[in-house]
Amino acid sequence: MAAQTVVTPGTDPASTKKVKARDAARVPGERSLVASPTTWVVWAATAAFFVLLIGILVSVVVDSFGKSWFRGWLPESWSSSWYKGAWDQYGMTQIIGVTLGVAAAVIVVSVVVGVPAAYLLARRNFPFKRAVTLLFLLPVLMPPITYGIPLATVMYNLDLSRTLTAVILVNLVPSVPFVIMTMTPFIEQINPAIESAARMSGARMRQVFTKILFPLLVPGVLASSILVLVRTVGMFDLTFLVSGPGTDTLVVAIYRAMTAAGGGEARQLISAMAVVYTATMMVILIVALRFVSPTQLVARVRESRED
Amino acid sequence: MSSATAGRPPGRTRSTASLRHRLAERGIDVSLLMLLPALVIAIGLFVYPFSYGIGLTFQPTPATQEQWGGGVLANYLAFFKDPFVFNSVWLTMRLALPAALFNVLASVPMAFKLRKRFRGKKLLTTLLVLPITLGTVLTAQGLLIFAGRQGWLNRFLIQVGVIHDPLHLVNNYVGVFLSLVISGFPFAFLLISSYLSGIDPSIEAAAKTMGAGWGQRFRRVVLPLLAPGLATTFILTFVLAFSVFPSARLVGDASGATRVMALMAYRAFGEQTDYPMASTIALMMGVVELLVIALVLLWRSFLYKGSTGGKG
Repeated sequence: MAAQTVVTPGTDPASTKKVKARDAARVPGERSLVASPTTWVVWAATAAFFVLLIGILVSVVVDSFGKSWFRGWLPESWSSSWYKGAWDQYGMTQIIGVTLGVAAAVIVVSVVVGVPAAYLLARRNFPFKRAVTLLFLLPVLMPPITYGIPLATVMYNLDLSRTLTAVILVNLVPSVPFVIMTMTPFIEQINPAIESAARMSGARMRQVFTKILFPLLVPGVLASSILVLVRTVGMFDLTFLVSGPGTDTLVVAIYRAMTAAGGGEARQLISAMAVVYTATMMVILIVALRFVSPTQLVARVRESRED
Repeated sequence: MSSATAGRPPGRTRSTASLRHRLAERGIDVSLLMLLPALVIAIGLFVYPFSYGIGLTFQPTPATQEQWGGGVLANYLAFFKDPFVFNSVWLTMRLALPAALFNVLASVPMAFKLRKRFRGKKLLTTLLVLPITLGTVLTAQGLLIFAGRQGWLNRFLIQVGVIHDPLHLVNNYVGVFLSLVISGFPFAFLLISSYLSGIDPSIEAAAKTMGAGWGQRFRRVVLPLLAPGLATTFILTFVLAFSVFPSARLVGDASGATRVMALMAYRAFGEQTDYPMASTIALMMGVVELLVIALVLLWRSFLYKGSTGGKG
């Protein structure tokens, strides 16, 4: 057996020998510098994706600063008048205020409502638990438009349409289940013995929640709040169905400007608004990523280990 | 669930102690009240409007009834018989299925490459996730400018000499597909890499020790463990792609290849204010979408369901 293993490398073709030599030259656990073909394909696809992304971003930014740009590599002259125009004509201050206000309200309500529910679903067994879980899962699994249209019809009947209340309520539908779903793995990770100990020492449910669970759950609450924030600011379908002048969030306002009657607004004006939107979102996300690792946003998992 | 909340111990009846005890044994006690606010929101804002909408589908407007006949079923007759409406099912599927599949399949190798440690990993992950912030509207605007006839992309390709006439990348199927990839890929990548990081590397290391090659390790070890995660990711990306609406209008061809169901539903709702018909299209949209999900879940139920050696 041992003799065989010694002999085989010698009979191997030269190419394998080369690889072996390269393998031997490096420290175990380190990767070779020359990547395999699959790696090249992956990196090439990534590069293409980034070219598309950066192209999209840069062309919108360039467009928003250009006076007129229809042909040629760059606009003929530059100005920041489109931003001023967006502010004057559309009242961007108010639109941004509405966007952030709605997002804040949705986050607070869905965390306050969602975390206790997630706690019960993670820890307890009770009758109809499966039905309740399904009920919370459905809004996440359905396209927003499918429940958004009946919901908007109800809002119209209740004379709530185009109000801030309606926009907030509509956004709660996917957000509450979302908080429940993201919080459940976080709660499951907390050792129940900690709670039992607190309970034994005479802590009431509310105290257990505020003194024991909540501090341990802060990363989870932060992660789900960020996701809800990003979703609410970016939520087009639901907000669009119930909002109106004065209660439009930024995405909806941009869409309305793009599709306005008569061929829409000047392209550069829309570009300026889109740049403001993306800048807002990126600031939110970059600040968020300083606190939470992106993979933790979905489920709290161990960072990959060395193998 | 109603009995769960209604059946909590009524504090003032005489046999409280024993009743409360018996209920608590079945898992019913006061702490279930914590579920109440979430239930109120789910029922008030989801179940009630949805059932109201279903009721609405059986109350067709006189105009629909006149055109399609069939009494209370006029909306459904209109949906199935009107090729303009019914074809949108096919158009939506033609867009959503390939886009979701592409996003899932493309993020698997990407997630694999990013599982190892290397310099700039965090930066690259962040860059891949950042497009989530772009939003459909900016993506649409950017695609129109960047990939349009006069855009940088076509200009560059013509100058290099790859093509002679500008490619038609926007205001058609391709444009919407691209915008679905841009918004869906980061999401799929985020989910899959978190599922992948939940697979214990020592399982793979064990297979490696026993002499399994790269392909064998992937096919026999990682893929079975990852498959449930792949199914979940596919479902969530599919929901995203299926409900595509602003980009179908903005970078698509709203009267042709990308006349998706959401667009039809919105037309009936916002432009024709025919709420019963809008609810019908929305409902059918949900039915079609849930059918696809049910198929995926069925497939998933045949897969390995044990522990993945981590959270997964």
